[in-house]
Order: sequence, then C-alpha cells, then structure tokens
Amino acid sequence: MAIRSFFVPFLLFGLYFYSSLSPVLSLYEDQVGLMDWHQQYIGKVKQAVFSTQKTGRRRVIVSTEENVIASLDLRHGEIFWRHLLGSDDVIDGIDIGLGKYVITLSSGGSILRSWNLPDGQMVWESYLQGPKHSKSFLLVPTNLKIEKDSVIVVFSNGRLHAVSCIDGEVLWKKDFEAESFEVQQVIKPPGSDLIYVVGFAASSQFEMYQINGRNGELLKHESTTFSSGFLGEVSLVSSETVVALDSTGSILLTISFQNGEISFQQTPISNLYEHFSGPAIIIPSSVPGIFAIKTNAITIFIRVIGEGMLEVAEKTNHETAISDSLPLSEGQQAFALIQHAGSEIHLAVKLAHDWDGNLLKESIKMNQQRGLVHKVFINNYIRTDKSHGFRVLIVMEDHSLLLLQQGTIVWSREDGLASIIDVTTSELPVERDGVSVAKVEHNLFEWLKGHMLKLKGTLMLASPEDVALIQSMRLKSSEKSKMTRDHNGFRKLLIVLTRAGKLFALHTGDGHIVWSHLLRSLHKSEPCQSPIGLNLYQWQVPHHHAMDENPSVLVVSRCGPSSDAPGVLSFIDTYTGNELSSLSLAHAVAQVIPLPYTDSTEQRLHLLIDSDKHAHLYPKTSEALSIFKREFSNIYWYSVEGHNGIIKGHALKYECTGKVADEFCFDTRELWSVVFPSESEKIIATVTRKLNEVVHTQAKVIADQDVMYKYISKNLLFVVTVAPKGCGEIGSVTPEESWLVAYLIDTVTGRILHRVTHHGAQGPVHAVFSENWVVYHYFNLRAHRYELSVIELYDQSRADNKDVWKLVLGKHNLTSPISLFSRPEVITKSQSYFFTHSVKAIAVTSTAKGITSKQLLIGTIGDQVLALDKRFLDPRRSVNPTQAEKEEGIIPLTDSLPIIPQSYVTHALRVEGLRGIITVPAKLESTTLVFAHGVDLFFTQLAPSRTYDSLTEDFNYALLLITIVALVAAIFVTWRLSERKELQEKWR
Amino acid sequence: MAAIVRLLLFAFLFTAPLFSLGSRNGFTINGRVKIPQGFATKGFALPGRMSNVKVILNGGQNVTYVRHDGYFSFYNVPSGTHLIEVVVMGYFFSPVRVDVSARNPGKVHAALTENRRGLNELVLEPLREEQYYEVREPFSVMSLLKSPMGLMLGFMLVVAFLMPKFVENMDPEEMRGAHEEMRGQGAPSLSTSLPRGARN
Repeated sequence: MAIRSFFVPFLLFGLYFYSSLSPVLSLYEDQVGLMDWHQQYIGKVKQAVFSTQKTGRRRVIVSTEENVIASLDLRHGEIFWRHLLGSDDVIDGIDIGLGKYVITLSSGGSILRSWNLPDGQMVWESYLQGPKHSKSFLLVPTNLKIEKDSVIVVFSNGRLHAVSCIDGEVLWKKDFEAESFEVQQVIKPPGSDLIYVVGFAASSQFEMYQINGRNGELLKHESTTFSSGFLGEVSLVSSETVVALDSTGSILLTISFQNGEISFQQTPISNLYEHFSGPAIIIPSSVPGIFAIKTNAITIFIRVIGEGMLEVAEKTNHETAISDSLPLSEGQQAFALIQHAGSEIHLAVKLAHDWDGNLLKESIKMNQQRGLVHKVFINNYIRTDKSHGFRVLIVMEDHSLLLLQQGTIVWSREDGLASIIDVTTSELPVERDGVSVAKVEHNLFEWLKGHMLKLKGTLMLASPEDVALIQSMRLKSSEKSKMTRDHNGFRKLLIVLTRAGKLFALHTGDGHIVWSHLLRSLHKSEPCQSPIGLNLYQWQVPHHHAMDENPSVLVVSRCGPSSDAPGVLSFIDTYTGNELSSLSLAHAVAQVIPLPYTDSTEQRLHLLIDSDKHAHLYPKTSEALSIFKREFSNIYWYSVEGHNGIIKGHALKYECTGKVADEFCFDTRELWSVVFPSESEKIIATVTRKLNEVVHTQAKVIADQDVMYKYISKNLLFVVTVAPKGCGEIGSVTPEESWLVAYLIDTVTGRILHRVTHHGAQGPVHAVFSENWVVYHYFNLRAHRYELSVIELYDQSRADNKDVWKLVLGKHNLTSPISLFSRPEVITKSQSYFFTHSVKAIAVTSTAKGITSKQLLIGTIGDQVLALDKRFLDPRRSVNPTQAEKEEGIIPLTDSLPIIPQSYVTHALRVEGLRGIITVPAKLESTTLVFAHGVDLFFTQLAPSRTYDSLTEDFNYALLLITIVALVAAIFVTWRLSERKELQEKWR
Repeated sequence: MAAIVRLLLFAFLFTAPLFSLGSRNGFTINGRVKIPQGFATKGFALPGRMSNVKVILNGGQNVTYVRHDGYFSFYNVPSGTHLIEVVVMGYFFSPVRVDVSARNPGKVHAALTENRRGLNELVLEPLREEQYYEVREPFSVMSLLKSPMGLMLGFMLVVAFLMPKFVENMDPEEMRGAHEEMRGQGAPSLSTSLPRGARN
C-alpha cells in the first residue's frame, strides 16, 4: 500500500513529461495565436460604394490600390470578404448592381466580373474587347432595362457595351473607332434612356455622341472645334454640361450639349479670381452644379448658374477634399466637403444647389500622423425621426480608412500597412527599476487553477468551455506585449516603412502599433515634389557603452522616381517615433552601403553612392571620418546594371575633386567588370548573403569522421541570367530557346567562382544565399515543373588540415591569412529537385549564433509560408545513403521536395499578396522570428530544431510543483518505513 | 464579336473543351475546379463554398476566381504550353500543364505535373486534403508508457517488485557476501542518509 503511494508522484511526473516531451513538430489547433499573429488589410481605398440595402448587415464595397476588392462591415470596419486580383488586372471601377451584385471592371476595361454581395462568390465574368485602348467607364444605371434585364454600361477599349446584370451577356455594343477620339465622360441622364459619350478628338475638337441606351443606336453625333485645345480632365456639372480647361489652364470652358447642340461658354479664371496666376487643374468630382479647380495651393469652388454662367462659391487655402454627390429624396443631391484646419478637420454636408446652407457641420480632432484627407465618400441613413443622418468614409494620406459619424471616428483601419516597402527591427527598452510591469500573478489559487486547466487540456479531459478558457487565458497573458526587452529576445519592435511614407513600429508580441510617424521629409514639398521612401537601415543600435541612447533608424528616400533625383535622409528614434533630424541631400542616392564600423555613440557608418559614382560618408563627423580613413583600402562594393548586363566592382580612390571641398565625399575607381553578352544572357536576379548573418562553424564533419571546410565569404554574389527570349511568361518560349545560367562571383576581385547552365529553364528566379550555399527556384520547361537547386561551396585549400599530425607539427595553414586575391580552391556540389508550387519569396531562418540547423521559408503562390528543412536540399543526398550517412541525417534522394501541410508556418492562414519574408534571430539560440508581409501581415516564432534550450510555452509549472511536493512527501513516508524496517531488523 | 465568344463559351461549357479561339491574338482556356463532396467534411473550405477558389495562370500572370459551379476561364492567352495552379485552403492541387495551340482547337491537351497523369477534360480535382495542424492524440496509457518517464516508471516497477523476487531466489551464502560487501562500503540506508536531527 505504502509502495503504491510512493509511485503516485512518479506517475504524475511521467504525465508531466508526457505533456512536455511530445514531439512539437508543428502547431496544434489550440495553439493558434499563441506565438503568432495575423493582420488583414486591404490597401489604400480607390473607390467605395455603399450597399444601401434596407435589411441585412450594412456594408461598404471598396476597391484599393493594392488591387483588392473587399466588403467591409460598416459598423466595425471588419472584412466580410476580400479578393486580391492579379497584378496586371488593375481594377478600373466598381459598383453595385441590383442591390445584390458587386460589379467590377478591371484589366483596362476588358474584364467585367460580378460577385455575390453577401459572400463574394463570383457570379459571372465577361471578357470585353474593343478596337483600341481607351479610358474605361463603368455605369450601373438603375432605370435602364432591356427586356426586363438590368443593364450595365461599360465603355472600354474604344467600345461601348451594354451588359446584362444577370448573366454578363453583352446585349449590344457600339464602336468608337475614330482614330484620335479620346473619351472623357460617359453620361447617362437619369430621366431618359439616352447615353452620352463625350470626348476630345485631335486635341482641339469636342465630340458628343448621343446613343440610344436600349439598342446602341447612334442617334446624334456633333463636334465643335475649339482652337486653343483642352487640358486634362473634364468635370461633369450636370447631365448635359461639362466643364473643361483650355490648354493654357487659364480659361474655363463650359460645354453644354443640351438636345444634341453643343455650345461653348468661355470664362477666364482671372475674371473669377483676380489673383490668378499659372495654370489651374480641375479636381475631379461629380457634384451637380458645382466644380472645383486648384491653383497654387488655393482651391476654388465654382457654381454654375443658368446658361454657363460661373460664380465663385468659395475660395480656400486649406487642404480640402470633396465627395461625389449622393442622391437624397425628392431629387436632392448632397455631398460632403472636408477642410483641414490645424489639428482638426471640418466636415460639412451640403445640398448641391445650396452652397451656403449646411445639412451637417462637424469638427473632428484628427491625429496629425494621418496627414491630409485624400478621398471622401458619403452615405446617408434615415434616423428614427425620419431625418437624414450622414456617415462619411475618408481615406487619409497615410492610406488609413476612417468612418466618421456624428462627429466621431467610429472606426479606423491602418491600411497603409498593406504596402510595406522595407522592414527592420529594433530592441525594446531595458526594464529598469521602478518601471512597474504588469502585476505579478494575481494570486496563487488563480495561478494553480490556470495550470490545472492546462493540465486537463493536455490530458484531453477538458470540456469545450475549459478549452475556450485556456485559449483566452493564453492569449491574454500580458507577458507577451510588455514594452520592455525580455530575456529570450522574443519581444522586439518591427519598424516598417510603408508606401505612404509612414513609419510604423509594431510589437512582435501581438502586433499592435506602438507608434506611427508620417515622415515629414516624405511630405510633398516645394523642393521635393514626389518623394518616395526607399529603404530602412539601422542607424544606431546602442548596446555596449551607449546604453542611455535610444536606438534609431535611417530612412533613405528620394525626391522622385528617377535614380538621379536628390536623396533625403531622416533619422527616427525607435522608442518614441520622433524624427530626430532629416537631411536633404545635394546628391542622389543610387546605393547605400552600411559599413561594419560604428563610432563611439554606436552610430553605424554608411556610405552612400550617388549616380555620378561618388561615395559620401555619413554621419558627417570627424570621428567617423577617422574610422573610415583607417579602413579606406578595405572597402569594396559592386553595382549591377541590369539593363545592359554589366556587373562592376568598385573601390575608393581619394577625396572628391569637385569645386566645393567636401572631406566626406570620395571619388571611386572601377576595379573589374563582368559583361554578359546581351544577345544570349540577361540578368534577372542577384542575391548576396545577409550582412548580419552569423556562421557558427566553418568545418562540417561528415559521415566517416571526415571534415569538409565551408567556403564562407561575405563577398559572394549570386547572379542568374536567362536567355532574352526566356524573360517572358511561362508558355512564351520553347525549351530549346531558353536557358538559365547561374554564377557565383567574388565581388572584390570579380572572379567567377562557379558557373552552371540549366538548359530549357526560365525565370522568374527567387534565390536565397546563406553560409556557403545558395538555393534558387526557377521553372524547368522540359519537365514543365518548378525546380529548386542548391549549390554548396567548399574550400579545398583547407582540406588537408584534417590530418591530426599536421596540426600537431604545425604544418597546417589554418593561421595563414585569407586573402581574396589568392586564387581560391573552391569545389562546388549541387543538386536539383522538383518543387510543386510557384514561389513568391524565399528566405532562410537565422539564429543568434548560427548553431541551430536552418530551414528555408518558401512563400508559395497560395500566399502560405512553407518551412522546408535545409536537409532536404543537401547535395550529398543519394538514392541509397550508406549507414554512416543515414546516421549523419542524410535523407534518401527523391526527385521532388515534400510538402508537408503541417510545416506551413502560416498554418491555416493566408498572407494575402505575399511579398517578403524577414527572419530575425531571437536571443534564444533555438528560435527565430519570422515576419511575412504582403497585403496581410503575419508574424510567428519558429524553432527549426525545436526549442531545445527552453521549456515550451505550455510547460505546466503547477504539475511540476505538485510533483515535487508529492516526491518530498513520498521521501518522508519511505524514510519512516525504512526506519521502522531497520528497527525491526535490529531487534531480530 | 464578344457576344459570339460568350455564346461559344456557353456552348463549350457543356462539352467541356479546353480552349477556344477567342480573339485576334489569344485563346480562351475554360476549365472547372471540382472538390468532391467526400472531401471537405472537416476541411477548411466548406462544401459548396467556392468563393475562395483562386486559379492562377503561369505563376501569377493571370489570376481568376471560379464561379459557384466551379467553372473558370482565362481570356486572351497566347499559344504555348501554360501552367495552371489552383489555390484552395485545405486542399493540395497539382499544377496542370496545358497546351494551347491553333492547330488543334477544341482538343484537350492537359496533364497534371505532379504525377504526369493526362486529363481528358480540364476538370481539376484536389490530390489530397491538407491538415495544417497536428492532431492531439487522445490520452492513452501506451503512449504514456512509451515516453521516457513511462520507461523509467516501468524500470522502477521492475526494480521494486521483481528485484526482491530475484533476491529471494539467490543463494543465501552469496547474499550474505553481498551484504557484507555493502556494509564494508558503508552502503547508506535511506534512514542513515537523512539528517539525524529529524529523528528526534
């Protein structure tokens, strides 16, 4: 009996071990959200249409610049459904047909699709063709019917189509083949079946076509010549009047085509606004009777009264945005107008014919980091007292989407995060004394209860309610989202730069936004017209002697799309998000080279190469310069000129010899160049190793106690070229016409270390370079399958060092200096495997010390991220590995790589529109942090060789405690027993 | 012209051809994605819900979605050998190579690239279901015993119950010898090894 009780703790102990040692290959369903988070976005909204159904959930359909169509919940801003269209299937217009179909026009007006409003199921798809390229328009008139069929009117590719709303059948079509005709507007006046197509021809002719909406018959065609031509777009002010600007941008033309008669009315803008100078532009809007022009930061709203008479309604120098008109009851039209005033925005809803009266006027405090209002969409609802209420959807400069109602922001979506350009990470502040952290553990009982629940969960004894409780308990754990550094390095800040020029800091714990900052330097300004953010670099990472400093990042941007536009640098504190300083550069930024040197404040030295091949050193301090001068002769870099197929190596020469003496500017010299023959090869991919990658060991012990030395060099460049014919899509070339050549080039000497040709292969190529290997993905035209190939490099010059006697006698060459100028004796091993899917991105896991084995992270066409062990891409794999090789862990060779569904790190989620995968080492050697971004964001922790150095998240401390207590009790019991037995033995 | 194409399309949907001459410079590929009802009982896509079935041509050149009956079309595809991939969460589809050429319009020439199986008509079915999560094994005594602690436990049981039996069967002489030896080494008994103070 006593002995049985002795075993109870062991049983418990066994149970606990069972729970913690069960192989953690991947995720259990109840572990979702424990270490990962997923955020869904849609991108900057281009167009929004409100679903005005009386019943059912209120929704808004949006199309975005990320090419997403989505249905959003109007109450909370959540996504009901969402579809991401292909990159060359750009959405031109959306609308709602019959109250239950979402109609989208895309691909330059050639694909018309209809989606079911509640669930996003595609109902039909029509392919519309036409004689020539043109602007495209989508109209869904409510009252045009052909034989009881509701009709969609589409103008695209120079052809007007009437399409049935029910099944996408084209009912009639009409070509506009006149060579120079450029359509400007397609108008369907509400009261009739007529359709007007207006546009310009030969730049000075105004054309008007009147078409019968029922059968496409051309009723009237009028044209008038206006000698001074037209500029830009036209604005529709009534169903039979448009306003245009003449080619000088200083005269407004009111063109009316009532009853098919075109009449012009000219009004010089200077008549309306005496200080007018310079050209104006028309702000596109469709409010009846009113249009807006913009000149020199002044927006002028102009009313059209009567027969082409114009009158200024309002002039404002505040930034304004105007919505399209919204039909209210009794033929009234309302529109929304938003004006910025300091930190507030003023929203006014007016009736179209009554500028001075306001239906609604509200002021809303707006976060300055959101920038200006770019777009406004208005919708109304009937209040309980039968009056009209308005809700307004606004799109901000930072691409966020906000719903305003009753003077407050009901919800907001940070859709700027859908278009991330670059990502870097930053550590969190160190936990200091006095900094109060979340309260410890509530009390012991609660704590024990929690762990007992977990125990129940692991033993599969938990009821569904218990499981839900466990789930919420795990997700709530405050530990995860604390704002201080943790021991394991799991908590970090992800600093992301978005296309809108906004910088966000996301917490790796739960993905919340810690701060966001709209870069002032990326704001449109006088000297910098169209700034573009380019890259993020870690500028200052204090960890040794500059602990008091906050880390900062460098944002490199450029004033315009061309590569010789001047650059802009901004420095951002990563703890607070404040812009420390910004520099407008006099030179362009063609290349940024972070140097491996830091100054005394741990600012990293960066070398910026401009378009004239001058090198500029930053930071511009004398200390940085002295450090730089020391390493002057050790700095090499390369440049790739993709268009003419040249790779060049560069080094520094001496200080700039320009007119202005600048000690931070250096001339460069060209060391070598590799020229690829343009008729047979075209560069399509170049990859290098990550600068901060850590390699643990250079030696690799193989099966028979043999050693191979990895050839590890930071200066290797992997280049892939394809035959010029093979640059197109799959299916455009035959296997005989296309080949792919992979090169490994030393970027210091320009020496080609390895070259391999894949015949019958073509791009696109995605590659990743790590340690001494490179893995690349391409398409094999012969097998018509994708392939992944691996090349490994080994250093042969050190191969003799495995002789122990040589080491003992000191005859080894381990201490001899390594110079890239000596000819390396490199041997390569390579192998290729089939891989099922198309690939969008490839990355490799990186850990703190580089000891943990590596996994490839493959972003597949299905927007999932697959973790594939590097062991599967080992050139030493063979069909029948020897016993020794098997023990080493070599997998028998198969022709294709396995896709194990459990090894998708994104599990059942999709990172819609996947573009990049970033891995960051945690402090804990076994673990790497993975961030995948596209339209969606996904973050998780990954342990490629399992968490061998820490207890798992669901480790049951309570069980351990119980076990220990039980063990101690058992020891006392057995001690008593033993004592008694000893006593008895002594008496015997 | 486009109306004719649509009519052609509708005619073809029932005869399930692969592609048709659609326009001056391209062909139309028509096909169907079919998820058998036997599947999808515990998968991620609900049966009958086809709203998230994405069909991708040539690694992203064209992307389309399927209609509720599973049909999809790619328009304006140039002649050549193309690759179609189907993306549905919860299912594994093999990519399909499709030959499009002007020489034999209306004839199907398609094959799964994974197992090189030819297709008579472009009906794409999943090869298998994908389970993204590990399934928690129900609690069982065997798995418990197989774990390292279970093995230890087993060993303990052997020592505690079987060893005394062995000891009983041992030769008494030998036994005494062993005892002597242990005494000589000062083999600790449990009571002597514990602190004496606790005895009082």
